[in-house]
Amino acid sequence: MPDSQMTTSQATTGSVTTMEHEAHNPALLHHFSDAQQQKNAASLGMWLFLVTEIMFFGGMFCAYLVYRLAHFNAFAAASQQLSIKMGAFNTAVLIVSSVTVVLAVKAAEVGKRKLLVGYLVVTVLLGLTFLVVKGFEYNEKFERHHVPGATFKFTDTFDDNGKQIPVNPKEAELFFSIYFVMTGMHALHMIIGCGLFSVLAILSWKGHYTPGYFTPIENAGLYWHLVDIIWIYLFPLLYLISRHS
Amino acid sequence: MASKAASTENTAMSANQAPKLNYLNNGHSLKSWLLTTDHKRIAMLYLISVTTFFFIGGFFAMLIRLELLTPQGDLMQADTYNKVFTMHGMTMVFFFLIPVVPAVLGNFLVPLMIGAKDLAFPRINLLSWYLYIIAGTLFLHCMLIGGVDTGWTFYTPYSTVGSNTNVIEAGLAVFIAGFSSIFTGLNFIVTIHRMRAPGLTWDRLPLFIWANYATSLIMILGTPVVAITIVLVAVERLFHLGIFDPALGGDPLLFQHLFWFYSHPAVYIMILPSMGVVSELITCFSRKRIFGYKFIALSSIAIAVIGFLVWAHHMFVAGISLYAAMIFSFLTFFVGVPSAVKVFNWTATLYKSSITYATPMLYAFGFIGLFTIGGLTGLFLATLGIDVHVTDTYFVVAHFHYVMVGGVLMGFLGGMHFWWPKISGRMYPEGWARLSALLVFVGFNLTFFPQFILGYVGMPRRYWQYPPEFQVLNVLSTAGASVLAVGYLLPMIYFLWSLKYGPIASDNPWNAAGLEWKTTSPPPTFNFDETPVVTWEAYNYDEIPDVPLEAPVAR
Repeated sequence: MPDSQMTTSQATTGSVTTMEHEAHNPALLHHFSDAQQQKNAASLGMWLFLVTEIMFFGGMFCAYLVYRLAHFNAFAAASQQLSIKMGAFNTAVLIVSSVTVVLAVKAAEVGKRKLLVGYLVVTVLLGLTFLVVKGFEYNEKFERHHVPGATFKFTDTFDDNGKQIPVNPKEAELFFSIYFVMTGMHALHMIIGCGLFSVLAILSWKGHYTPGYFTPIENAGLYWHLVDIIWIYLFPLLYLISRHS
Repeated sequence: MASKAASTENTAMSANQAPKLNYLNNGHSLKSWLLTTDHKRIAMLYLISVTTFFFIGGFFAMLIRLELLTPQGDLMQADTYNKVFTMHGMTMVFFFLIPVVPAVLGNFLVPLMIGAKDLAFPRINLLSWYLYIIAGTLFLHCMLIGGVDTGWTFYTPYSTVGSNTNVIEAGLAVFIAGFSSIFTGLNFIVTIHRMRAPGLTWDRLPLFIWANYATSLIMILGTPVVAITIVLVAVERLFHLGIFDPALGGDPLLFQHLFWFYSHPAVYIMILPSMGVVSELITCFSRKRIFGYKFIALSSIAIAVIGFLVWAHHMFVAGISLYAAMIFSFLTFFVGVPSAVKVFNWTATLYKSSITYATPMLYAFGFIGLFTIGGLTGLFLATLGIDVHVTDTYFVVAHFHYVMVGGVLMGFLGGMHFWWPKISGRMYPEGWARLSALLVFVGFNLTFFPQFILGYVGMPRRYWQYPPEFQVLNVLSTAGASVLAVGYLLPMIYFLWSLKYGPIASDNPWNAAGLEWKTTSPPPTFNFDETPVVTWEAYNYDEIPDVPLEAPVAR
């Protein structure tokens, strides 16, 4: 919340230069009394949508928690089969992409159109990088029969230090079920985000957004940050179980 | 467009002049309806669609009652019966009860009651109707290709490995309908926060708004959880995962926890808006400011909050620990408190007031009586010992129908009669309306009261045949259902009739407080020619002449 209020107040001061827009702001919809009300409504709506997203992922985090507590050894053994390097790389990619989103919002606020488009494109590219790396990870799971289903095999019962952990393959399969559901749902949100930012980049190029009206950029940014934050939780919860030596 | 609609504020005889431009006659093409972003038109689209689903669900209800007329399974096989009660439940819960009051009356009234031109996101509002229609069409298709038999609760592992019916399609339909509901809730919250007319502070809001606000909170907090739960059921069924299947290391209780985390609060999604309607009706037809405004307003919020903490009372016999059961039992008693606050405040409002027995008020009385019975039997079920005795019997069926049908539908019909002049610009026929209110009340009690007894003496739910000693009560119940069906058909017929032949309604036929009565009937597309400025408390009936213009009889 605080950062949205901050940008809101900056937008108010920034719009002094666009006094002529107050009378006929083309982006102002008829049922709002002024641009500020419209912006506040859109912002609140976006925050509420993010709340629903948190509840949506919350159901999966709840399932994760229940099964991790019930089958800890299997979860630890299965978790250690994930590539910590790819996971860490993707985490870094997403954090950088959140920075570029912030810079894009700032560029929109000060009306630098080309800079805005540039940051949006970089964000999309970073998102695609994440997805490609994720694709390689999924591919590896298929090759090693770590995809739940009839062909599932789990024989890797040694942890990082070569110590043997007794593991029920059914429980490891449950870990991978949850892994695929959670990362799959996250990847779906990434794909939607990339599509969203591509559209915004095109619209920005055409000059749809001015310092007086760039709410869609701001709200898409909020969405991107949420998807990012979910990954920040997914990474340690899925990749880093019992990795300490 | 708004500027063309002449102001007719406070002119009761406006109807005799040439027809004004209003939301109904502002465009007649099909496109002007299907692509509208006017919240009032979207409310009408919803009215038509939820009514359709109500009659589909009602059709399945009649099949159930016909089958249970005799002890033998003579009308259908056990498998068919399973599908019939499943589709009755799913249709009624997801496609009627959840959207009915918020999406129809809420959509129509929330902007009017707070003096706004529209909801905050008109296009998302239209999107929510389209999502509802897509979900409904999918569900109809699912019915036509053979239906689904898991019960409306989708319990695992039956739904993921046992059933060979169209679980995934039904699940997808419910998933999409859920997003329709999320968008409605999101729209209401933003609208109520950001779009109120000048002077309309939170403690001047109509109680219907408070009720819809609380409902919307549940919609956006609960619905995503059932959405992901259904996704998990679908992927488990599709890819043979073991998330909820004990044979594969999963836990079916987890499904029940996740499912009821939404589906218990969902009953408050259904009942809260109707409670809001009743608050409006009671105060108008007793010509008195509502007793304990703040308590009623905050009790809605309290129900929304505490309602999230009681879900496991659906699982007392499912294998949760005794300590968990005791805590959930206590919390279930606790959620009864705000509901009781409402009932007591309504009755206190009636005390020494000038009551007019117009049709909406009859429904409001019906609501109070039936909801009280439904609520109190809920306390029976919250009691751990009694719950073991009556779990999965007709006692439970009777209990939730008293709340869902006796409560939600009574509130909805009361609201429809109350706001029909505003919605259509016409009066409904009072005599027929009172007759139908009576039929609904009598038919309802005749249908469901015997089921309390049936359940208490041990008739289990979800069986297509039963021992002969239960027949008398089942015959009574089926007879009641027939009366009830007539009671529901009548309003549909005379509402349609009144669209053309009903007497023209004035702007404020009940002399009611509330901003929605300060614009024309029906309202212009943008609701108010000038944004109203509110300087009074809600329900200032002490400042309004005390006779509803359309009062049917002397008190």
